[in-house]
Amino acid sequence: MGYPHEPHQRETTVLSRYFGDAEARSLDGWKKRGGYKALEKALGMAPADIVNIVKESGLRGRGGAGFPTGMKWSFMKPGDGKPHYLCCNADESEPGTFKDRELMRWTPHALVEGCAIGAYAIGAETAYVYIRGEFTEPLYWMEQAVKEAYAAGIIGKNAMGSGKRIDVHVHKGAGAYICGEETALMNSLEGRRGNPRIKPPFPAVSGVFGMPTTINNVETLIAAAPILMKGADWYKKMSLSNPKSTGTKLYSVCGNVYRPGTYEVVMGFPFKEFLYDLCGGPLHGRKFKAVIPGGASVPIQTMEEAEATLMDYEGFVAHGSMLGSGGVIVIDDGQSMVSVIARIARFFAHESCAQCTQCREGTAWTTKIMERIRDGQGTMEDLDTLLDIADQMTGKTICVLSDSCAVPVVSGIQKFRSEFEGLIQGRRFHPVVAAVA
Amino acid sequence: MTPDLIGGLESPDYASHDRAAHEPYTLVFTGEVKRELDELLTRYPTKMAALLPALWILQRERGWVSEEGMVEVAELLELTPAYVKGVVTFYTMYHQHPVGKYFIQVCTTSPCGICGAEDVVKAFLRHTNTGELGLTSPDGRFTVIEVECLGACGFATPVMVNEEFIESVTPEKVPDLLARLA
Ligand SMILES: Cc1cc2nc3c(=O)[nH]c(=O)nc-3n(C[C@H](O)[C@H](O)[C@H](O)COP(=O)(O)O)c2cc1C
Ligand code: FES
Repeated sequence: MGYPHEPHQRETTVLSRYFGDAEARSLDGWKKRGGYKALEKALGMAPADIVNIVKESGLRGRGGAGFPTGMKWSFMKPGDGKPHYLCCNADESEPGTFKDRELMRWTPHALVEGCAIGAYAIGAETAYVYIRGEFTEPLYWMEQAVKEAYAAGIIGKNAMGSGKRIDVHVHKGAGAYICGEETALMNSLEGRRGNPRIKPPFPAVSGVFGMPTTINNVETLIAAAPILMKGADWYKKMSLSNPKSTGTKLYSVCGNVYRPGTYEVVMGFPFKEFLYDLCGGPLHGRKFKAVIPGGASVPIQTMEEAEATLMDYEGFVAHGSMLGSGGVIVIDDGQSMVSVIARIARFFAHESCAQCTQCREGTAWTTKIMERIRDGQGTMEDLDTLLDIADQMTGKTICVLSDSCAVPVVSGIQKFRSEFEGLIQGRRFHPVVAAVA
Repeated sequence: MTPDLIGGLESPDYASHDRAAHEPYTLVFTGEVKRELDELLTRYPTKMAALLPALWILQRERGWVSEEGMVEVAELLELTPAYVKGVVTFYTMYHQHPVGKYFIQVCTTSPCGICGAEDVVKAFLRHTNTGELGLTSPDGRFTVIEVECLGACGFATPVMVNEEFIESVTPEKVPDLLARLA
């Protein structure tokens, strides 16, 4: 809801309604706001019916890949005699993304409830919430909420008197972007180095502790409760463009923009209105130059592309990018694209787990070349080398961190080539001087 | 974030660091702390899964993760010290050396970078007298490092001081912020 700003009338606040409302954090406050009704309802239903409603709603994963959630849940075979696990991915480390942080620090009980619903639906007795170690505030509130929920018998060996056991445990990460990748997360949870695993086997077959596992993002799990309460049709109707994208989506907006914050709009919302109206447009006297709409791993959009986009999974793809994590990074005419991309490359080089050669070497090499160009030491051949390395880094590794490093470089060279060439030809980057109002 | 918001989140006692590095090792997991670990072990089907939480406890109690500490944890969880070290070195948040009483992490990843994070880093280096990233100030109070995206990009520039998370830091706010730490 535009947090930390006033909600905008064009927002649809389903998940973010209580951001900034400190009372919603306690169990009492959460119950007063209708909390745990969905869980109560869920526990009275057959798990397969919950999975079907979620399938029917069209909810897709909010962690980045957009995989249909109901379908993911249906891969968990009931009655296989094995313990099942739910892992909630709260590692949120994709540059530009901070929506899960707001969800957890303002509405921690919503996540406890979402985890309990998800666990019940997939036949799991245990849910682990893997929260990045730097999130001291979300960790604090989540631990409080879990404690309260146990004390009230909402979770535990007889969840809400249903006779079902549902445990929810908070697990603190220790600083590693890669642990947001689902198989790395499972390794980390098991007490290992956070190296991604080769798939198959997929988590639903052999996941954490070698058992069938479902991994979902914070926002995905929290969305399950309102879907159960209000029905799949209600959720499906929140779609302005493509019927394959339904519901509301949180976007965390940052960079050179007037009102950075977390906004919630329905799928298909016009990106132009979003950027200029809801987010308040550029800073005084500046102009937007580019947008990275889904966290640092998605292609950079020119303003032309961004302004034509309808905000859903298909809409961002149709205009040269991806919805990704919903982390919108706005870049204005005061910034050098080469510097921005060089710093993103450095991020990926720092975060590579170094298992795969293409990634370990490729991210480091890309960073070196990008920084050389930024510092005016580049050559024209460097551009070809960058594209060649990017090619070698794409689709060849265990996980897509490597691809993610190549993406901003390739889209940057394609869409902002003149900035690269200018620096190579010895012209320093001169930011456009802000207009005087 | 204002500090009162996270009342109850005590920062570890870093005061005894330098001493700690030279004194004979005393066990961490005894009494109350051992019971805390035992409770954690009930949450997982394997002992190994309690490794990250155990290392967090170790760091909370001693301010850093020493070789001796790794041996103690290894024995408790039936792992080898080499294995534990392999895990410790993978993650950025475990300190393998004593650090300043105030461990300051400034995000400089692109979204913060384009909002002026470099200047915030410079202000910290100047006002803490540390001079260089990663070094501890001569009085042992401060260590400043750059960190990758802290997941609070809309509040550029976020800074972590030990366990405390501070949003929207600008170079001008740095002297006051440091004075408050006194
Ligand atoms: C390098 C990398 C980092 C990722 N980081 C995150 C993350 O921080 N949070 C998240 O929810 N998903 C992250 N993902 C996506 C997860 O692997 C996974 O697809 C997701 O958690 C599934 O949940 P969903 O279906 O609810 O979206 C990451 C993927 C990769 C390759
Ligand atoms: S880039 Fe600084 S917090 Fe995300």
